[in-house]
Amino acid sequence: MSSPTSTPGGRKRNRNDIPATPGSIGSTSPPSQRRRGQDSSNADLPAMPTSPATDIASPTVHDTSLFSSPRRSVLPSEVDMSSPLMYGTPSSRVEGTPRSGANETVLFREECTSTVFDLQTVASEPSVGQKLVIWGTDVNVGTCKEKFQRFLQRFIDPTSNEDENAGLDLNEPLYMQKLEEISVVGEPVLNVNCGHVQSFDADLYRQLICYPQEVIPTFDMAVNELFFERFPDSILEHQIQVRPYNALKTRNMRSLNPEDIDQMITISGMVIRTSQLIPEMQEAFFQCQVCAFSTRVEVDRGRIAEPAVCRHCNTTHSLALIHNRSAFSDKQMIKVQESPDDMPAGQTPHTTVVYAHNDLVDKVQPGDRINITGIYRAVPMRENPRQSNVKSVYKTHIDAIHFRKTDEKRLHGLDEEADQKLFTEERVKTLKELAAKPDVYERLSSALAPSIYEHEDIKKGILLQLFGGTRKDFSQTGRGNFRAEVNILLCGDPGTSKSQLLQYVFNLVPRGQYTSGKGSSAVGLTAYVMKDPETKQLVLQTGALVLSDNGICCIDEFDKMSESTRSVLHEVMEQQTLSIAKAGIICQLNARTSVLAAANPVESQWNPKKTTIENIQLPHTLLSRFDLIFLMLDPQDEAYDRRLAHHLVSLYYQSEEQIEEELLDMAVLKDYIAYARTYINPRLNEEASQALIEAYVDMRKIGSGRGMVSAYPRQLESLIRLAEAHAKVRFSDKVETIDVEEAKRLHREALKQSATDPRTGFVDISILTTGMSATARKRKEEVAQALKKMIQSKGKTPAMKYQQLFDDLRGQSEAAITKDMFEEALRALADEDYLTVTGKTVRLL
Amino acid sequence: MPSSNDWINNPLGVVEEMFVQSNSNPEWEAKVLEYFKGKLKEKQAYSWIPSLNDVPLHYLKPNSLVKFRCLVQDMFDPEFYMGVYETIDPSTKAKVLRFGKYKDVTECGVDLNSRNTVTAERQTFYCVPIPGETLWEAFLNHSHTYARSSQARVVPSTSYIPSRQKRSYEEDDEMDTQPQKQREPHTGGSPQLHANGDSKRQETEAPSGQTTSPSNASSPLDLNFPLPGERGPACLVKVYEDLDSFKLNDMLEVYGILSVNPLLSVLSSLLDPTESMETPEEQRAHDPPASLVPRLHMLHARPLQHNNPLLCMFIYVVSSFMVEMASVRAEFLAYLTHILLGDGLAAEYLLLHLISSVYARRDVLPLGKFTLNLSGCPPNSSFTESLHQVIQELVPCTYRLSMTLHNMNSLRLVPRKDYVANRLVSGALQLARNTSLVLDETRLEQGQLDASGVQNITALGNLISWQKVDYDFNYHQMEFPCNINVFVTSEGRSLLPSDCQVPLQPQVTPPNLEEYLSTVHKAQLTSQINKFRVYLSVAQTLDYSISDEVTKAVEDDFVDMRKDDPQSVSAEDLHRMLVVARLLSLSLGQTSLSREGWMRAKHIDMLRRTRSQPQTTVNGNEP
Repeated sequence: MSSPTSTPGGRKRNRNDIPATPGSIGSTSPPSQRRRGQDSSNADLPAMPTSPATDIASPTVHDTSLFSSPRRSVLPSEVDMSSPLMYGTPSSRVEGTPRSGANETVLFREECTSTVFDLQTVASEPSVGQKLVIWGTDVNVGTCKEKFQRFLQRFIDPTSNEDENAGLDLNEPLYMQKLEEISVVGEPVLNVNCGHVQSFDADLYRQLICYPQEVIPTFDMAVNELFFERFPDSILEHQIQVRPYNALKTRNMRSLNPEDIDQMITISGMVIRTSQLIPEMQEAFFQCQVCAFSTRVEVDRGRIAEPAVCRHCNTTHSLALIHNRSAFSDKQMIKVQESPDDMPAGQTPHTTVVYAHNDLVDKVQPGDRINITGIYRAVPMRENPRQSNVKSVYKTHIDAIHFRKTDEKRLHGLDEEADQKLFTEERVKTLKELAAKPDVYERLSSALAPSIYEHEDIKKGILLQLFGGTRKDFSQTGRGNFRAEVNILLCGDPGTSKSQLLQYVFNLVPRGQYTSGKGSSAVGLTAYVMKDPETKQLVLQTGALVLSDNGICCIDEFDKMSESTRSVLHEVMEQQTLSIAKAGIICQLNARTSVLAAANPVESQWNPKKTTIENIQLPHTLLSRFDLIFLMLDPQDEAYDRRLAHHLVSLYYQSEEQIEEELLDMAVLKDYIAYARTYINPRLNEEASQALIEAYVDMRKIGSGRGMVSAYPRQLESLIRLAEAHAKVRFSDKVETIDVEEAKRLHREALKQSATDPRTGFVDISILTTGMSATARKRKEEVAQALKKMIQSKGKTPAMKYQQLFDDLRGQSEAAITKDMFEEALRALADEDYLTVTGKTVRLL
Repeated sequence: MPSSNDWINNPLGVVEEMFVQSNSNPEWEAKVLEYFKGKLKEKQAYSWIPSLNDVPLHYLKPNSLVKFRCLVQDMFDPEFYMGVYETIDPSTKAKVLRFGKYKDVTECGVDLNSRNTVTAERQTFYCVPIPGETLWEAFLNHSHTYARSSQARVVPSTSYIPSRQKRSYEEDDEMDTQPQKQREPHTGGSPQLHANGDSKRQETEAPSGQTTSPSNASSPLDLNFPLPGERGPACLVKVYEDLDSFKLNDMLEVYGILSVNPLLSVLSSLLDPTESMETPEEQRAHDPPASLVPRLHMLHARPLQHNNPLLCMFIYVVSSFMVEMASVRAEFLAYLTHILLGDGLAAEYLLLHLISSVYARRDVLPLGKFTLNLSGCPPNSSFTESLHQVIQELVPCTYRLSMTLHNMNSLRLVPRKDYVANRLVSGALQLARNTSLVLDETRLEQGQLDASGVQNITALGNLISWQKVDYDFNYHQMEFPCNINVFVTSEGRSLLPSDCQVPLQPQVTPPNLEEYLSTVHKAQLTSQINKFRVYLSVAQTLDYSISDEVTKAVEDDFVDMRKDDPQSVSAEDLHRMLVVARLLSLSLGQTSLSREGWMRAKHIDMLRRTRSQPQTTVNGNEP
C-alpha cells in the first residue's frame, strides 16, 4: 500500500512530539501479505444496499475495507464504505475479477492519499468504537465523517463571490448544490474550500491540515455515503474525490519549513517545467513459466520483491514479469517556481517539485501561475544496501491534491487581484485612515516619484491612471466593454525626466511593462506565433501589451516608433483587445492596459509656435485616444529654477533614514492602489452625472462660438473615467461633484497644455481629433478659394506652370503664403475635381 | 600550539564535544556559533585560517576550518537535513545520538524510524571567487595570510613539507616580478603527490588540477564563473543561520568547515537516475564532484564592503591617511595625467570616476554613479588596453569588455536562469559591488547586431542609466540593483549613455605609444601605487554632506546660470555638477561641500563642456 512517494509516517514530526503515524507499518509488514490477511478478516462484510456499484460482489471490496470495524460500530448500515479507502491502490481493483460492466464505479485516487490506515491498530478494539482514533493522530473516523457530512449539509456562504459558484443559490447549502451538480455532470470531484471548513468547524479544519493523509479519505467516504444516499441511481466514473484547496497554512514557498512536512499546504507559484508522463507500477504481475501460475506483488516503496519460488509448483526462479498485466498509475513531475511578487529583493526564486497523479497529470503547463494544494513530503535519500552511510539530506516534494490556476480567470474579465493580494486588517485600517484624510489626493500625488520635481498635475494625472476608472460591461446590449483605463501621453523637451517618471510607474505597478519605441516592433508589443521546437506545436508568445493586461504599459520614445508598430496601438487603446491572425491562429487577446507614453518633439526642442501634432508628428487618430496629454516643458522661470535646485540638492544629501521613509511610502502607495483597484467600484450619482453633462455642454459651447467643435464624446468618456478614478482615490463608492470638478480641472489643464492653438491662443480640441486647428482649416479653405478665383480670373487656360501659379498667388494674397500652403490648396482643388497636377504643370479639368 | 589550533584543524571535534555536553538541548547550536565567533575575534585569528582562494584544495585538510573570499553567484533551494539523528550499531544494538549539522554524510546505521530525529533546514549558495579580482589584490590577500597559514595548513605527509614550503617561497618571488603567472605554478607540485600513494588524495587531486590549470579551457564541468577566462575554486557553501540576510552578488568572507568527502559523488552516482527527480544536468549543477567544487559548511560570514586588502591592513591608519589625502591626490593626478598623454582634465575626471560609487537610491534613481565616457581615444592602438592595465593596478576588481561586434553578439552579459539544470547561468554583468567595468568601444566596427547583440547593448544601457541588471528568468525578468563603475572609451561620442563625456586632448604625442605608457607605468614605485590603491578605497567609503549655507549658494548659482541662458544649464546638468562636486570634495578628503568645492566643480564642468561643445547633439539620446 505504501507507494514510493508516500512518506513513511511521521518520523520527522518529532518536533511536534507526535508519535509516528501508522504509515510506517509498511516497514514491518509487507503490504501484499497484509492485504491478503484482510481478505479473510473482512469476508463477512455486509453488502451495501444503497450502493449502485456492482463491484460489491467482487473481491475488490473486501480487499480494502480497512475501515470496516470502526465504522460498523458507528454507522452500521452504510454505503460502500470500502471504496474510498482504495486510494493509491488502484492495483486492487484489478484483483482477479474482470470488470462487471459499464456502470461500475471505478475506484482510484491520487497517490498522495495512499491508504495509511492500519487495520491492526484500528480494528484491534472494535468495541471501543467512538473513542478510537487513528494511531498518531487525534482523528476519530466516525466523528470526523459526521462532522464533514454536517458541514456539507449545512454550510452556507451568502457572501461567496467565487466565480466557480456562479449559478448556485447562495442561500442554500453550497456543497449540497455541488453534489447535485456532480450527479448531473458526472465529474466525480468535489472541490472544498478550506476557508469554508475553517469557518464552519475550526477543529475539523485543524485535523484536515495536520493529518491530511487520514482525514481526506475519511472525507471521501463521507461524501460518497451522502451522495449515494441522495442520488442512489447516479453512475459515476469513480468514487467522488474531495479536493480541498485554499489551505491557509502556507501561502509562500519561502516560508515552507520542516514543521510543514506531512501537512496540507497551499502555495502559489509558476510552473516552470513539467515532465513527461511517468507510468508508475503499482502492482507487478508475475507468471510462472513452468506451471503458468500467476501471482501479484505490490510495490513497496518503489521496489518489487520478485518471488523467488513459485508457490504452486515450487520451481525456483521461474516467475517472469508480465508487463501488460501489471497495474500502473500516471505520475508527472512538475517544477514550480516562486512567483516574483512573493520574493524579497536581491534573492533568487525558490523552486519546489510537485508530483501530480492520475487525472491531475497534464492539468498545468509551463508558464501557468497556479495555487497548489497538496501534502508536503520529505523523503530521505535512498538507503543503498551497499552503502552504510547516507547523505543527510531529505528530498522534498509536494503531492498535489488540487491545482488552481490563478491567471485563468483573467479571461473572464474579473480582477483576480483579490485572491492574490491579501491585506491584513491592520493594513486596511491604515489605508482607510489615509483615505479619510481630506488631502489624500495631494498626498498620494506627491508621494509619486518624489525624486522628480514638481509637475504636480502630471503626477495627479498618472495617479488617476494608476487607479483607473470603473469597469463597465455593456456586452449584453451589444456595445461591449467600455474602456476603464486611462491613457496618458507625456511629451516635451528632452531631459525633463520623462523616462524617469515612466521607470517609476513601471516599478510601482505589479503588472507593468516598460518598452522603448525605438527598440520595439509590432511583434514585440503584441504577440507572435512560434513553433515549439519540442512539440512542433504552434505557440502564441505574448508581447508587452498583452503582458501588461490589467497593468500599465510604459512606452518610451513613442515618437520613434515605426508606423506599423503604432498602428497596433489603435485597437488596444480603445477596444482593449488585440486581434491576431497569424499562422493559422486567429484570436483576440485581452489587452486591458493603460498606456503611459513619452514622446520627444521632432525638433528636439518644443516649438511653442506649433501645435502638439506638429511638434511630435503623431497621427491624430492615435492622439485622440489619450485621455490626457501633458507637456513637460522647461518653464524657464527663476522661481521654478530655485525650487528645482533646492529639490535636487536636497536629493543628494538626504540621510538614509529619510530615504527609508520614502521607500515605505512606496509600499503604502502600492497597497493603496491595489486595494482601491480591487475593492472600490464607484458609480456616478445623480449630481455628478448632471455636472458631467454640464461640463461637456460647456466644452462644446466654447468651441461653437467660434465655429469649431471643442469636445467630442471621447472627451466625455475621458471625463467620466477621470472622475471615477478620483472617487477611487477617496475610497468612495460614489462619484460626486468634487470628483467631476477635479476631472474637469485636470482635463482642462492637460488641454491647455496640449491643445492650445498657437495661432489664436484658444483651446481647440480639434487639434487632437483632426490634427489641425479650426483656424488652420479655415485658412486652408481660404487659400484654396483664393487660388480657384485666381485661376478662374485667368480665363481659359487649360494648363499652367506650377511655379508661375505659385508666384501669382503670392503676389495676389495679402498674407504670406508658403509653398506648403499652396500645395495644400492645389490638393484641395484637385479633390474637388477642378484641376490635376502632373509634374510641373497644372491642368484644368 | 596544537591545542589552540584544534578549532582550526578539527572544528567538527569541537562541535561534537559541545553537542555531547549539551545533552540534546537545542542550545548547543547557538553555543557553537558563539564559540567560533569568539575565536575569530581573537587578534590575528583571521590570518591563521588557510584560505581556499590561495591554497590549492589538495593542500587543505578535509574537515578543517578554512576561509573563502567569494561572491554569491546563485542561491539553491533550501534543503532539509537530519539535524540530529540516532544510529544503531548493528552488532551491539546500542543507540547513539549524533548531529548532522556541518556535515554532508551521516554516520553508519542511521535509524530512520527514531523519534529523536530532528529535521532542520539549510540553504546552499553557489559561490565563486570575486569576479575580476585583480592580481595585485589576490596577491596581497595571499601574502597577507600566507606566512601564518602555512603553519596551520595541513599537508598530506610530513616528509613532504620542506619541498612544498620552498616551492611557495619561490612563487612569492616570481609573483613580484611577474604577477600574471601567479596561479599557474601549483600544477607543478601535483605529480609528486601521486607518488604519495594515498588513494583518497589522488581522487581529489586529479580533477583539481583541471580547475587550476589554465590550459584546460574546456573543463568538463562548467563552473559558472561570471567572467570568461576566470579561474579558481568554486564552492558550495551550506548556510545554516540568517538565511534571509544574504543576497545574490554579496561579497562574503566565509569561514566554514571544508568538506570534500568523496562519498558525496559516489553516493549520487549510485542513485538510480530514473528514480531521482533531478535531470542529469541538474545533478551536475547541484552535486558536482566534491573534489572540483568543495562544500563549505558556514560557521561565520563576514560581508565585505570593499575588497581592498590594503585597507584591511591599514585600517588603523585611515584617520592619519586623511591628512595625506590632498597630497596623494596630487601625485595620483600627476600619474594619471601622464597616462592620459598629458591631458589634465581627463585625468581629473578619471580620478573622480574611480572613486564614484552608488551611495543611495531614490525611488528608481541611483545616486552617486558617475559613468565616464572618454572619447577621442586613438583607435586601433593598444592605448585602451594599457589604460585598462593601469586601472587594473589600482582597483581591486575590474573587467575590460572589448565591444567588438563578435563579442556583443556572442557574449552572454545578462545572467539567465537555466531551468533544466535549475541554476542561474552567470553572465559578464554579474559583478561584485564597485567593480570597475571598462567598455572599449574603439573596438566596435560597423556591422549588424543580432537579437542577442541588441539585448546586450540594452543591458549595458540599463546598467549605466539605472545601475540595475534585469536577470532573465525566462518567464519574467528580475531586477537586481548593482553598483558597477562603468568607464567607456570610444573614438567619437559613445553610443551608450553616460553621465559625463570627456574628449581626450593629448598634449604629448609619443612616437611609440606603447613604450611610452609602459615606461610611465613602470616608473611608479610599488609603495606609491599602494598609496593610490588605499587612497581610492578610502575616498570611496567616506561620508558626505552639504550644509544649508552651501545649498543656498548652489541654488543661487543655478538660478543665475539659468538667467543668462536657460538653454545652457538643465536640471540634468545640475545633477551632474552635484555629483562632480561631491566626488571632488571626497577626492580631497573633505566630507562636506565647501563653496570653493562647488566653484571648482562648476569650473571643471565648464572646461569640459567647452571642449565637447562641437560634438554634442541633443535630440533623443537621453537615457
